[in-house]
Amino acid sequence: MIAAGNKNGLMLAAAAVIIAAPLFLVHGAFEGSDDQGTTAIEQTGYKPWFQPIWTPPSPEIESLLFALQAAFGAGILGYVIGRRHESGRKDKTKTDHHVTR
Amino acid sequence: MHIMEGYLPAPHALGWFIASAPFVVAGSLRLKRIVAERPEAKMTLAASGAFTFVLSALKMPSVTGSCSHPTGTGLGAVLFGPSVMAVLGTIVLLFQALLLAHGGLTTLGANVFSMAIVGPWVSYGLYRLVVKAGLSTAVAVFLAAALGDLSTYATTAVQLALAYPDAATGFWGAMVKFMGIYAVTQIPLAVAEGLLTVVVMNALAARAVEVTR
Repeated sequence: MIAAGNKNGLMLAAAAVIIAAPLFLVHGAFEGSDDQGTTAIEQTGYKPWFQPIWTPPSPEIESLLFALQAAFGAGILGYVIGRRHESGRKDKTKTDHHVTR
Repeated sequence: MHIMEGYLPAPHALGWFIASAPFVVAGSLRLKRIVAERPEAKMTLAASGAFTFVLSALKMPSVTGSCSHPTGTGLGAVLFGPSVMAVLGTIVLLFQALLLAHGGLTTLGANVFSMAIVGPWVSYGLYRLVVKAGLSTAVAVFLAAALGDLSTYATTAVQLALAYPDAATGFWGAMVKFMGIYAVTQIPLAVAEGLLTVVVMNALAARAVEVTR
């Protein structure tokens, strides 16, 4: 039986390989599927009837906002997990309930 | 899965708003009740919302040579039931529509339906089924998150095929085209999301048993 911590590490490694593999195995432009969908709609001759109220002025600003979104989420997630483990350690009478067991 | 601003004909846009609204209202009521009855669940709720925030910001490469992003809605759906994710998913989609010009206000109803309603319901339903079938919680969480993610993208393909049927081959022709763009690209990402969700669930589960139901 593999320890729970090792299992988590293995799953993270597997996810990383799945995500990174296409970069080495496939030759593509790696544009967004959302943009491809938009292009496919435009090919039907459709013209959008509403424009975004505000658009990030450059790809740099757009990536800044995406990075902020991810950082904000990761920060909260890390905080909650950290607090959980801390209170779990203080309260040794409670047993861990690892999902992988 | 984001349908961009203005890229759904007005009647379709309106129709998806009407379809999504009851789920978001029911979700808000349930969210209020959870916070009132179990204030200790607030932290886990925040983590569920935060997970969706992180994952939907990350665009990842796929085997089709294009990029897409996971949704992260499976975690909250398994922990709190699907209706709560209708609210949390809407918040994420609003943020992206207003600040990133990703998705849109006119297409919000359709995007909420695919990401914040269909995905979480598929996740929740599968989770219950797999657990009932006697498989481990980890397998149930993995399948719930992965297939919930995939179902969101399949829903987007259906929405676009309904709005833009192919001139020659009709709805099904368009369906094949949009499935190729969205669902096929999503397969490896869905597997990765399934794995990540199990890891985060394990990390939270150190003391999160009180919220699983």
